[in-house]
Amino acid sequence: MEDTVVDIDLKEKEEYIINMGPQHPSTHGVLRFETCLQGETVKYLIPHCGYIHRGIEKMSESLTYPQLIHLTDRMDYLSAHINNEAVSLCVEKAMGVEVSDRVKYIRTILAELTRIASHQLWWSAFGMDLGALTTFFYGLRDREKILDIFEESTGARLLQSFITPGGLMYDVHPNFQKRVTEFVKYFRKKLPEYDQLLTGNIIFRERTQGIGYMSLEDAIEFGVTGPSGRGSGFHCDIRKIEPYSAYPLVKFDEITFDVGDTYHRYLVRMKEMWQSLSIIEQLIDGIPQGPIMLELKAIKAPKGEYYQRVETARGELGVFIVSDGAPSPARIHYRTPNFSNLFIINKISAGHKIADLVAISGSLDLVIPDIDR
Amino acid sequence: MTREELISLVATLVPDMKPGANKQYPEVIVTAAQLHELAIALKKTPETTLDYLFCETAVDRKDGFHMIYYVSSSVLHHLLMIRVVIPDKLNPVIPTVSDVWRAAEFYEREIFDLFGIKFENHPNLKRIFLDDDWVGYPLRKDYKDTFTIER
Repeated sequence: MEDTVVDIDLKEKEEYIINMGPQHPSTHGVLRFETCLQGETVKYLIPHCGYIHRGIEKMSESLTYPQLIHLTDRMDYLSAHINNEAVSLCVEKAMGVEVSDRVKYIRTILAELTRIASHQLWWSAFGMDLGALTTFFYGLRDREKILDIFEESTGARLLQSFITPGGLMYDVHPNFQKRVTEFVKYFRKKLPEYDQLLTGNIIFRERTQGIGYMSLEDAIEFGVTGPSGRGSGFHCDIRKIEPYSAYPLVKFDEITFDVGDTYHRYLVRMKEMWQSLSIIEQLIDGIPQGPIMLELKAIKAPKGEYYQRVETARGELGVFIVSDGAPSPARIHYRTPNFSNLFIINKISAGHKIADLVAISGSLDLVIPDIDR
Repeated sequence: MTREELISLVATLVPDMKPGANKQYPEVIVTAAQLHELAIALKKTPETTLDYLFCETAVDRKDGFHMIYYVSSSVLHHLLMIRVVIPDKLNPVIPTVSDVWRAAEFYEREIFDLFGIKFENHPNLKRIFLDDDWVGYPLRKDYKDTFTIER
């Protein structure tokens, strides 16, 4: 068999280029890692994105603000409520209006429920990435309860488009308070099961501890935020830095660890679920009465530039609106958390085995449509 | 650091900078030639330590492309918005800041992809979302293709 020049070179070094994705279960979406392997060790990898680029920013330029809310669901579909809230807050800030306390409370409760649901799905899939199928059943069993609450109050399970500039689409279901309280009680019992099943498991610990170190400097340099950044000690929780909605009213801890390996990124999310439960408990009994929608003549941002940061389940989401005073924005840009979290993967997985690459990419909790927009 | 302190500190680094009109965050307007040195200074100076570039984007305006940089400090948590106007719309060029803030490498690839702004000294300037043979830059206001729907 005749070898080409390139082949000889690769053979001498015993290197292989393997494409992982775009259709690969462990990338959780259409993302391609061009991995250079020496044996089973990853030498370097190059992420290729754009397979699900829909041009949301371009599309939004020809839509009005209440219309473009519906596109934001489709970025990070596991943080749909929080994405809606980000745009709504930015438009409200531009118009100089403030929503009622009732809306603030409901928005915050929905955002925290979303965060729990997102972490549950991440936990399920992360266990599965490492070969533990049971986690998927446990995680989805409990996530179902949250989706039922969403379905009852907002009419949709995944892409709700419920939070809109000026308030909410409609009021929550009368059962909302009762069902959320029930869920919090239920999940407080179930969450320790997660730890028994996976956190204390010796195989799981061997697979995650000391794998994929990310230093604090790297996290800041690459702009890695959310639980992935906090696992390295980066204090980047927007709920603390620039509190919005009802977050100034509640007490909660920002979970950070100084270690920065896969296991500690995992721990941040596990502990965040407890914090989210506590936030919901503090708010759910005190939802005040009030209008759910402001009476606005037209939803138009005055001429200018506006920026709003919120904390989604995966990190910092920024919405940048440039307005000329028209009903639709002149330019809208989303600083999405997953786009910034992705590119560190080359640095933290080089030198590890290919099976560890799956664990590392799982611990970054990437949602691909949020990268590509 | 307060808004006024930040702007006056930038003024000592770049004497002919202009304060911007943004009400929300302190904003400074500099030229493309001053950008790189300002970026290094802002990151190194202990009073500012603006080490976290969390948003970099471009806007297509009538007077040219506006480059917008949002930088923050991971320790002090203050924010600064830097704006650079590139008047040349036919061949927009600006120096990269990816050697100062690593995150910029990927934001700049996205801006190159969708706006066609070229970044000098960028380590790997190629399209990130669209195909390599895509014609045009979709986020420019004059962009048209067969899929565009006029409203």
